Amino acid sequence: MSWFESWHMPRWFYQMGSPKWFFEIGGRLQPWFMVAAIAMITWGLLWGLLYAPADYQQGNSFRIMYVHVPAAILSQSIFVMMAVTGLIGLVWKMKVAFMVARSCTLIGASFTALALITGAVWGKPTWGTYWVWDARLTSTLIMLFLYTGVIALNQAIADRSIAGRATAILSIVGTINIPVIKYSVEWWNTLHQSSSFSLTAKPTMPAEMYIPLLLMVVGCYSLIVWLVLQRTRNEILDQERQASWVARYLEER
Amino acid sequence: MPSTMPDILLQALDLACERDERMLFKGLNLTVKAGEIWHIKGPNGAGKTSLLRQIAGLLPIFQGNVSFPLDQSILYIGHKSAIKDQLSANENLAWLTALGVPSDENQRYRALEKVGLRGYEETMSAQLSAGQRRRVALARLHLNAAPLWLLDEPLTAMDKQGIADEQAWFADHLKQGGAIVLTSHQDLDIPGVQILDLHAAMETASC
Amino acid sequence: MLGFMYSVIRRDLLLVMRHPAEMVNPLVFFVLVIALFPMGVSPEASLLSQTAAGVVWVAALLATLLSLDILFKADYADGSLEQLLLTSHPAWALVIAKVIVHWLVSGLPLVIMSPLVATMLFLPADAIPTLLLGLLIGTPTLSLFGAVGAALVTGVKSGGMLISLLVLPLYIPVLLFGTGAVAAAVLGMPVGGYMAYLGAMLVFALMVTPWAAATALKVGQMQG
Repeated sequence: MSWFESWHMPRWFYQMGSPKWFFEIGGRLQPWFMVAAIAMITWGLLWGLLYAPADYQQGNSFRIMYVHVPAAILSQSIFVMMAVTGLIGLVWKMKVAFMVARSCTLIGASFTALALITGAVWGKPTWGTYWVWDARLTSTLIMLFLYTGVIALNQAIADRSIAGRATAILSIVGTINIPVIKYSVEWWNTLHQSSSFSLTAKPTMPAEMYIPLLLMVVGCYSLIVWLVLQRTRNEILDQERQASWVARYLEER
Repeated sequence: MPSTMPDILLQALDLACERDERMLFKGLNLTVKAGEIWHIKGPNGAGKTSLLRQIAGLLPIFQGNVSFPLDQSILYIGHKSAIKDQLSANENLAWLTALGVPSDENQRYRALEKVGLRGYEETMSAQLSAGQRRRVALARLHLNAAPLWLLDEPLTAMDKQGIADEQAWFADHLKQGGAIVLTSHQDLDIPGVQILDLHAAMETASC
Repeated sequence: MLGFMYSVIRRDLLLVMRHPAEMVNPLVFFVLVIALFPMGVSPEASLLSQTAAGVVWVAALLATLLSLDILFKADYADGSLEQLLLTSHPAWALVIAKVIVHWLVSGLPLVIMSPLVATMLFLPADAIPTLLLGLLIGTPTLSLFGAVGAALVTGVKSGGMLISLLVLPLYIPVLLFGTGAVAAAVLGMPVGGYMAYLGAMLVFALMVTPWAAATALKVGQMQG
């Protein structure tokens, strides 16, 4: 651990470890992310749901992709973010890092559930059933299990800093396993593939389909940042309630 | 007669401990020299065990630092005895000492005799009373050459005679140049005991 | 350090011998769960033989989960764990020693029992060696990931159910390759690739889990 600590990180890195600093900077950045999120998600959804051309194979039902794909991408990104901030908390002993990781858990699980539900909704008109054990859906389901494990561990430990450390270890082990799990599920799926169509195959997409997707993905990332900042700042107010700056801040509200 | 100061065995500076978002102690300093015995006092939950564990290295130290100037080994005996029920007293001492400096059976038998457990060496620990199990754990004091002892509630479960015996062992150890830091609800009957009161330390926020 | 690991292994094996239920109970559970399938689903040979590999592997996962308690729970409760962590030897060495004991006591008996239960489920005899070999390589991986779960819940009450939630997702790749290998063997196809993947996962587990479990044990010491 001390080898990592001897790296010279830029000043803002250490500053972020201060709850007060994070709270203030986060507060200033939040509105920008909210605006970006609303703008891009609205634009992306309108374009994707109403104006993008219908897919020649699936008709209009494929439009659920504009929600499903960003949700699936984000569910993985958030897990990795959870693990990275957990690692930062463990190595540099930053409380704020654990708070950010904790904020990610429920948000990430929700996006994973959303990916699963939209996957099922997409599946019904395409294959006639709501659920299919294809590689992508199965991996997403396992992802949900990983999230519930992290959430369960977090709930089981009373002391916040111990819980932060334990869930950090679990998220790191989980993240390292994600490629292994995805590879093994994909491989397993090729053995049992009955339907020829998979939710994942989309090699060539005309720009009219691709751009709204991109907007949705970036918009959702902004939404995530906004949500994580919001939850982390609440967590900071809660955990630092003894500090004088918190009392002053609450008085001013 | 040496005219120099006795050796410093433990130097703890500016230690702090937070638990469940409550600050238990802060800015705590403790210097332990050879021949000294320190009694950490305080009400339940004041952080006595946490302080001892920080010194022993079982709890991470977030603030301040702990150093052992002579870089010698320490013996930590925790609140729980670390005695396995399905092993005999002798076997328990065997694995406990194997963690540091292994002992042979003669040494273990002699240690068990010193703590008053002669004849019980091969008894399953499940059949020993709580006081006897405590004695088995304390037999390590006679097997381990570490100068600094960190003991958490060593007098618990001991009867009057046991407590008197223990204090005699402590006195012997101090005479040989060792040092002891312990926590205990009971008061000690040893000359020269130095008190570290965590409750008082918190009140004045200095030590 | 090897001497330390040896003395831990020796002590733990002695403890198991004095309390053999720790070894026998998971094994009985394994056979019991497998016996439930013909009873609950169908006793027909054709159906059972198709699902045999999966049933045996799932039962092995569950039996391993049940036996994870022996790793750290007792030592945490009586204070032995803190003594084991206070030595000058690295905590990951302690974890590896404990995992070796766990596998000898839990994994190896499952492997030895597997041909018998596989026959009860009408798995084709040609596929049994593949099942055996897969379990032989796979069960140490299960013990290693299980150790991470067990270490994370030291000090948590009712940690038993929680361990399952944490560890089962990590077991899935082993399950997929282990059963996949048997499916290939039934079809007469080569299984070398599957064994290689199982071996790679074991190596991967060896690199990741001792550090993670050791860190988790130290975190667990912060409680109480």
